[in-house]
Amino acid sequence: MSFFKRFAQNRGALVGLVILGLVVLLAICAPFLYPDSPWRMVQRPFLAPGEVAGFPLGTDTMGRDVAAGLAHGAWVSLLIGLISTVVALAIGVPLGALAGYFGGRIDDALMRFTEFFQTIPNFALAIVLVAIMEPTTFSIVLAIAIVSWPPVARLVRGEFLSIKHREYVEAARLVGQTHRDIIIKQILPNTMSPVIVLASLMVATAILLESSLSFLGLGDPDTMSWGYMIGAARTVMRQAWWLSVIPGVAILLTVLALNLVGEGLDDALNPQLARAR
Amino acid sequence: MSEPLRHSDGPLLRVERLSLALPEGADRLYAVDNVSYDLSASEILCIVGESGSGKSMTANAIMGLLPTGVHASNGRALFDGQDLLTMNEISHRALRGRRIGMIFQEPMTALNPLMRVGEQIAEVFEAHGLLTARARKEKALALLEEVRLPNPQAALRAYPFELSGGQRQRVMIAMALALEPELLIADEPTTALDVTTQAQILHLVKDLQQRHGMAVMFITHDFGVVAEIADRVCVMREGKIVEMGSAREVLDNPQHDYTRALIEAIPGDAVPPSRSETQEKPLLSVKGLDKVYRSSGGWFQPKREVVALDAIDFTLDKGETLGVVGESGSGKSTLGRCIVGLNTPDNGEIRLNGIDLRALAGRELREHRRRIQMVFQDPYASLNPRIRVGMAIAQGPIANGVTKAEAMQQARDLLATVGLDASAAERYPHEFSGGQRQRIGIARALALNPELIVADEAVSALDVSIQAQVLKLLDDLKQELDLSLLFITHDLRVAAQICDRLIVMQKGKIVEHGSARQIFLSPQHPYTCELLAAIPGRAPHAAPAEVAAGAV
Repeated sequence: MSFFKRFAQNRGALVGLVILGLVVLLAICAPFLYPDSPWRMVQRPFLAPGEVAGFPLGTDTMGRDVAAGLAHGAWVSLLIGLISTVVALAIGVPLGALAGYFGGRIDDALMRFTEFFQTIPNFALAIVLVAIMEPTTFSIVLAIAIVSWPPVARLVRGEFLSIKHREYVEAARLVGQTHRDIIIKQILPNTMSPVIVLASLMVATAILLESSLSFLGLGDPDTMSWGYMIGAARTVMRQAWWLSVIPGVAILLTVLALNLVGEGLDDALNPQLARAR
Repeated sequence: MSEPLRHSDGPLLRVERLSLALPEGADRLYAVDNVSYDLSASEILCIVGESGSGKSMTANAIMGLLPTGVHASNGRALFDGQDLLTMNEISHRALRGRRIGMIFQEPMTALNPLMRVGEQIAEVFEAHGLLTARARKEKALALLEEVRLPNPQAALRAYPFELSGGQRQRVMIAMALALEPELLIADEPTTALDVTTQAQILHLVKDLQQRHGMAVMFITHDFGVVAEIADRVCVMREGKIVEMGSAREVLDNPQHDYTRALIEAIPGDAVPPSRSETQEKPLLSVKGLDKVYRSSGGWFQPKREVVALDAIDFTLDKGETLGVVGESGSGKSTLGRCIVGLNTPDNGEIRLNGIDLRALAGRELREHRRRIQMVFQDPYASLNPRIRVGMAIAQGPIANGVTKAEAMQQARDLLATVGLDASAAERYPHEFSGGQRQRIGIARALALNPELIVADEAVSALDVSIQAQVLKLLDDLKQELDLSLLFITHDLRVAAQICDRLIVMQKGKIVEHGSARQIFLSPQHPYTCELLAAIPGRAPHAAPAEVAAGAV
C-alpha cells in the first residue's frame, strides 16, 4: 500500500491536511488579498463582523481590519513554526545521534547538557531569551528552537540506542564503514519516522509558543501575529469578544490540523501499529 | 480425578472441511483450505508444517484466537459435539482453560512479567470461579510439583524472569493443566528451548498426557519432535493436508513427496560422513581467549560477572569447516563476535595467517578485518530495511575504496552466485523471503573476498527445507571460493551436515573437540553425550556404539 493511501486511511488526518492546506493558502494569498499593511487603520474601530461591507471579520480597537491581520498572521505563525522546528531538529538530531551512537562518556556529557535545558520550564526560558535579545522574528525563532530541541535529542538518542545493536549495523561495521557513514546512512534513515511525527507536533507547539509570547507583548512589533491580536484584544473582551475569538479559533484549527496530520503520519510511517489499532 | 462429562461419543475433536479465509490482498485465499481431521481422547496428534503452512491457524480457530481479518468461511470444528466456530463467546470462554488448554511457543511473553508464578496459576481457577484462595494456592503448588519444577515452593513466589526458559515452559504447562483439560493444544512449545531442555519438556508432555488421558494437539515444524511423541501425524503445506496417518506409517513410509523431503531434510540418525582432513597450516588460530561480561551494578545491586569465554584455544585450517556447538549461554556467539571484532576479548590472541589481529590498529586492522566476514542469524534484522539489496552488498567494497559502479556490478554478480536474480539488486529487503534474505546476507559477506566466514546460527531461523538449501549453498561456495567456515550452531543435526570438525562448548569452555564423525560416534565428554541423546527423533536404537557398527 502506498504511503498516501495509508495516510488517507486515517480520516482525521485528511481533515487536518485540508485545514492545513487552507491555512497555507491563506498565508500565501495574504499579500494579494490584503496588499496594504495589516497595521493600517482603515475604518471605525470595534466594527462587528459583517457590520460594514468589505470587513467580513470587523475591525479591532484601533480600526484595523481583522481579516487582513488574520491572513498576514497566518504567514507569520506558519513561518515561525516551521523555521523554529527546523532549527530545533538541527540541534537535537545530531546531539541525540552522537549521544546514542557513541554512548559512554559522550552520552553522559550530552545528556547532562540536554537535561540542563529540560529542567528549566520551557515558557519561562523562552520569555527570558526573547527579553534579553530584544523581540524580533529572529530572536523568537531562536528562543522557540532552544526550548524545544531537548525532546528531539532524547528521542533520537533512544532510537539510536536500540538500532545500533541491530545486525545490519554490525554488518556495516564489519565491512569497514566509517562511523560517519554508519550514523548517516545506516541508522539515521531508520530513526526518521518518529522524528517526522514529533516534528509535525513541534510545529504546533511552536505556533502556540509564538502566540503566547506575542500575547504577553513579546512578539516582533513589526509583524502582525495571531497571538498579538488576542493579546491586544484582551482588554476589550467584554465589548468585542470576536477580536479574541477569531484569532483564537485560527490558532486552534491550525494546531488541531497539525496534530491530526502528525497522527496520520504516525499511522502511515508505522503501518504495523496502525493496523493493530 | 473425576471423569469429564462427555456429551457425545466419537472423537473428542472433529474438524470438518474447515476453511479459514485470509483478508484480501494476502498471498493466498485461504490460510487453511478444506481441512478435516479427528482427534480422539488420549491421543497425540502432531500437526507438522513449515512456516506459512497454516498449521497454527486451526488451533487458533479452535481457541477463538484468530487474528483480525481471518475468519472461518466454511466447515465446522466440533469439540465434544459442539461447534466451536459458531459458539457464542460466553460458552466458548467456559470451555477455554477448563476443557481445552493451550501452551504457547514463547514462554517469556506468554507469562505476565509482573505477576508471581503462583498467582498466575491461581488466576486460572479464579477466572472460572473455582476453589477458595487457600485451595488455589495449594493446587498451584501441587501443579508445580507435577511438572517437576525444582524447588516448587520457591517457584511459587518467583517472577517469570527469575526462571529459565525450560522452567517457564513448565509453568505454562502447569497453567494449561490446572483445570485438567481434555484437550491440550501445544503450539511449538519447544522451539525456543535448548535441545536438552526440549527433550525434557517433550518427555514431560508425553508423561502427563498418559497420566491424565488427555488428547494433545502438538504443532511443530520439526519431524524429530514428531518421531519423539506423536501417535498420529498430519502434514500440512500451504493450508492443505498433504498426508495424514499414524506416526510410524508416515515416518517410515511417507507417501507424499513433500513429506519425504521434510523427513530427508533432517537426518534423524545424524552421522556426518568422514571428510578428508586438510593438512595445511592453520588459517586462524585462537589462543587463551577470555571474555567476562561485567555489569557495573547499581547502589543496591552487587556487581555481576558472567564468564562467556574461558581460555579458548583452537585452530581452523584453510578450507575447513569448523563447527562450534553449544546451548544458549555457552559463549559460542561471543566467540564468533570476538573473532570478527564485534566484541573485544579480555585476554588472548587471535591470529589470522599468523598475524595477531589484536595487536593491529587503524588502517592495518581494517585491511585484515575485511578478510573475516560474518553471516548473521536473523535474516529479518540483518538487512537494513531502507537500503536496496544491491547497495547493501556493495557498501562494503565502496567503504574500502571501490568505485560505486564497479561495486554495484560486483553486487549483481554476487547475487547470481548465491542463486538470486541480478535484478534483485534494485529491490528492498522486505520483498524477499527469509531464505532469500539469508542468501543476500551471504552475498554481502562475500563481497569483500574474505578468507574466513563466521556463520552465527545462520540457518536456525529458517524452515528445514530452506535450511538444507542454504547449507548446501554455503558448502558449495566454500569449495568454489576456497573459503574457510566457522559455523556456530545450537543444532547438532545442522552441524552434522556441514562441519568437518566440531568444538563443543559449555559455560564458556571447550569441553570436547575432534572430527565431526568422531564426536558423533564416540563422544567422550558427558555433556556431549547428553547433547547427542537429546536430539529429537534420534531413534533409541541409534546408541553411539551401534551406529558405529552399523555405519561401517
